Amino acid sequence: MKSHADTVMAVPALLPLTQQRAVMQAIERHRDSAGALLPILHAIQQALGHVPPAAVPLLAQALNRSRAEVHGVISFYHFFRSTPPGRHVIQLCRAEACQAMGARALEAHARRTLGIDFHQTTTDGAFTLEPVYCLGNCACSPSLLIDGELHGRVDPERFDELLVETCETDPAKAQA
Amino acid sequence: MSTTVYVSRDASALAVGAERVARAIADEARTAGAEVSIVRNGGRGMFWLEPLVEVATPAGRIAYGPVRPRDVPGLIAAGMLQGAHHALRLGAVEDIAYFKRQERLTFARVGVTDPLSLDDYRAHGGLAGLRRALEMSGADIVKTVTDSGLRGRGGAAFPTGIKWETARAAESIQKYIVCNADEGDSGTFSDRMLMEGDPYALIEGMVIAGLAVGATHGFIYLRCEYPHAQRALETAIANAQAHGLLGAVLGSGRRFDLELRLGAGAYICGEETSLLDSLEGKRGQVRVKPPLPAIKGLFGKPTIINNVITLASVPIILERGAGFYRDFGLGRSRGTLPLQLAGNIKRAGLVEKAFGLTLRELLYDYGGGSATGRPIRAVQVGGPLGAYLPEAQFDTPIDYEAFASIRAMLGHGGIVAFDDTVDMAQQARFAMEFCAIESCGKCTPCRIGSTRGVEVIDRIVANQAREQNELLLRDLCETMLHGSLCAMGGLTPYPVLSALEHFAEDFR
Repeated sequence: MKSHADTVMAVPALLPLTQQRAVMQAIERHRDSAGALLPILHAIQQALGHVPPAAVPLLAQALNRSRAEVHGVISFYHFFRSTPPGRHVIQLCRAEACQAMGARALEAHARRTLGIDFHQTTTDGAFTLEPVYCLGNCACSPSLLIDGELHGRVDPERFDELLVETCETDPAKAQA
Repeated sequence: MSTTVYVSRDASALAVGAERVARAIADEARTAGAEVSIVRNGGRGMFWLEPLVEVATPAGRIAYGPVRPRDVPGLIAAGMLQGAHHALRLGAVEDIAYFKRQERLTFARVGVTDPLSLDDYRAHGGLAGLRRALEMSGADIVKTVTDSGLRGRGGAAFPTGIKWETARAAESIQKYIVCNADEGDSGTFSDRMLMEGDPYALIEGMVIAGLAVGATHGFIYLRCEYPHAQRALETAIANAQAHGLLGAVLGSGRRFDLELRLGAGAYICGEETSLLDSLEGKRGQVRVKPPLPAIKGLFGKPTIINNVITLASVPIILERGAGFYRDFGLGRSRGTLPLQLAGNIKRAGLVEKAFGLTLRELLYDYGGGSATGRPIRAVQVGGPLGAYLPEAQFDTPIDYEAFASIRAMLGHGGIVAFDDTVDMAQQARFAMEFCAIESCGKCTPCRIGSTRGVEVIDRIVANQAREQNELLLRDLCETMLHGSLCAMGGLTPYPVLSALEHFAEDFR
């Protein structure tokens, strides 16, 4: 078993100290559980908003797996991001039940209003738009999550309201 | 005297404002000098009435809905806390026709109890099945489940008892119980509602499964798109541990520990073998079967992997007996199925009924037709891999075999309605697109066939060499049907071919 200090020594210079700490904490918390990689990746993304590519060697070493394997796992799952998201993440449902209630139009409206496509972030860094395939809110379609909060029966008008409400709580806006 | 008021904590109720309604009731009651205790129950499954408020009165639980926060002062002033009349008053919940005509076995407690209170769980029949199981041998528990006729509710409908017997008979010092809570099919939310509304039923079912096959460790693999279910399960598992339901199994000398694990947005991980790979910390790639997971599953050990509803149906089967459950349903589809009405439907929600009613009854008697008031043109049953059915097939009974005989599937019981504005060529295209996005990539028909499928449909719609391309599409679908490793590639042709078959005019 490697000691904590050994693993820290191996951290590439690319990873800022605060991120190093978050990665190490995630590893220490879960490394002894069976099939630890996904719980570790969730903990890292929860702390940092993404899984920095520079964390890969660290994870590989801690779990005794190759870097390619760890990278392969991260890239397999849609939920894990390798770049930081905007201040707010909008996850818009594209699946059939939402389509039946106008999700295609909502999707077009969201792209147009934000001026971005899926997997992109607005230039002011406020919003990231991500597709999601079912939120289990199919009786109240169309659905989306904003920063993890679920909203149902979202038409374009409601979408605009939600953007305004979200911006009002935005710390960057409050300072300006 | 304090009045008990129920406001749901179900994710869908919260998504349309239940939290703000609960807060408004607390505030208004305080202003009015009335004492209320607000219980956050599970969802009743009548989502067109959400946010739904129930008030406990001597005449039963009186419902009001849909309630907006701004309705609350008027409701309190009108005497809602005494169950008084108001335009939003719906009467006793149990008398609402949609609810009254259901046969709620698996969902008996959902919406009734406080989901996180173990006392409430016990007071409503909880743990009776487990106590019965503790007096039985593993083989007898398995026999009861087999005799009940319960089949896997995740979609594949494999007989649960046979799966359990395989794992029970397997020799190993370590076996696992895995709950598949990766409910990714669009139009389905029964797993979510159950986990949020009665999580102890799932836990109890998993403990019973452990007793049946000799497994001491379980995992719930929950999709990360369900943050509310995650919080409910975390609390329920902690409570169950603290009260000796988990761990010491009610002081029986047996042992069962349970862990919650999160998926990461991969639809394919709802397929049981890719779920196991994901739990092991790998890419969620499908495994070749055999070996069956019941013989060589998680970490190579014998593993029972069942859907949430399957496991949550086990306690009542043990409590009431195999015959009680088997007496519901018809043919080889025994018991009840929690059906989910979704999409463009007026009264969307959860309907738990014995097998045998028709799709038409569900869509019109329960669902009330489309939400937009236009004719229902197509219905997709069984998630994104399910066939699109035209009106001519609405009399198909809810029965696994009846659906299989029309090249459709019941799957996890999700029913998504579309009105006559739907473009079925686009729906067929989406089925292929979705498969391309979500394919695990292990087998060629699924990985490449789905991308080629999108292209061929685009050419057909653009009227390029129509006849040849349609032939090519059918040929491609045959290859995917027969050559794919799992249901992802193997069933994606269902929505495509059914759209082509029944709605050919949309491809022109």
